Amino acid sequence: MEYIIIFISAIFVNNIVLSQFLGICPFLGVSKKVETAVGMSAAVAFVLTIATIVTFLIQKFVLDAFDLGYLQTVTFILVIAALVQMVEIIIKKVSPALYQALGVFLPLITTNCCIMGVTILVIQKDMDLLQGVVYAFSTALGFGLALILFAGLREQMEYSHIPKGMKGTPVALVTAGLLAMAFMGFSGIA
Amino acid sequence: MNNFKTLMNGVVTENPTFVLLLGMCPTLGTTSSAINGFGMGIATLFVLVCSNVVISSIKNIIPDMVRIPAFVVVIASFVTLLQMVMQAYTPALYNSLGIFIPLIVVNCILLGRAEAFAAKNKVIPSFFDGLGMGLGFTMALTILGAIRELIGTGKIFSVSLFPEQYGMLLFVLAPGAFIALGYLIAVVNKIKGKA
Repeated sequence: MEYIIIFISAIFVNNIVLSQFLGICPFLGVSKKVETAVGMSAAVAFVLTIATIVTFLIQKFVLDAFDLGYLQTVTFILVIAALVQMVEIIIKKVSPALYQALGVFLPLITTNCCIMGVTILVIQKDMDLLQGVVYAFSTALGFGLALILFAGLREQMEYSHIPKGMKGTPVALVTAGLLAMAFMGFSGIA
Repeated sequence: MNNFKTLMNGVVTENPTFVLLLGMCPTLGTTSSAINGFGMGIATLFVLVCSNVVISSIKNIIPDMVRIPAFVVVIASFVTLLQMVMQAYTPALYNSLGIFIPLIVVNCILLGRAEAFAAKNKVIPSFFDGLGMGLGFTMALTILGAIRELIGTGKIFSVSLFPEQYGMLLFVLAPGAFIALGYLIAVVNKIKGKA
């Protein structure tokens, strides 16, 4: 039951993009086509889940054990950067097909603040490993849901008449605002 | 004179928020009031100036292959420093900005300026570039925060301008951030189009 609550709340109620404002850059940057949005979401889900496990273990067995909590920011960003590189190399060797699909998105993920944000939140909220993994994975699903919905909206917007000054980012932001408003309707269910 | 030009480049011509559209997460996430936006801006300004100065002074001894990780370590160290100082002296602001303070590390403005400016220029111009970009960011965040606070609660910097019950609470909540920033960028585009 507890895990179901974490799952629902991370996807709908506290959606990472639309209510916590993490990962806005890829949300605005790679949402012009549904296809790329799907690729980006899959890459995020993959890296985020692994990153949460690795940073959790490092926090518990290295930083906490040796009383080095103040090194958290420095350690996490380096671990995430190294991890992304490693995942890229492994996927390239093991599954060229998957690499074709996710390859271009992987380098972008290092600076995606939702990875760093979620790994820190898992520690701050004092979750255990399993809760953390469920939280990370469902957050990634929420990210994917928001990104793919938004990409669908933007594809349709290509055909509408938009005032000159509003073209591009401004209208995308206003649309995101309306989408966020729709997601507010979920508040209170979990 | 040249330094002044570098400074104004960051504030106006290449304003990180309105023109380059970098660092959107803190822009949206921390501007629920003018004071929060201002605090976040100043925090970013501090890290930006320090990391720009350090990176431009050690740029010749960093091998090209590992420059990005090296930049990230410099930035992360200053963020940790900032975290400790803020926790000690401004605990209220520290708590209301929350997760966005450690996330300054992954703010694209910092790595962007390190790579595009500090790694190619001398220390003093890099200092002014960091200052200009930081001021531009602070200005943008304060304006957005003030607009959201005013429409949402009828106050600016907690000074009441009209009764709170006439405010649109939506603008303090998540959707208002997107909508307000969208229209603000549209206005900036319009002004630039005329000039």
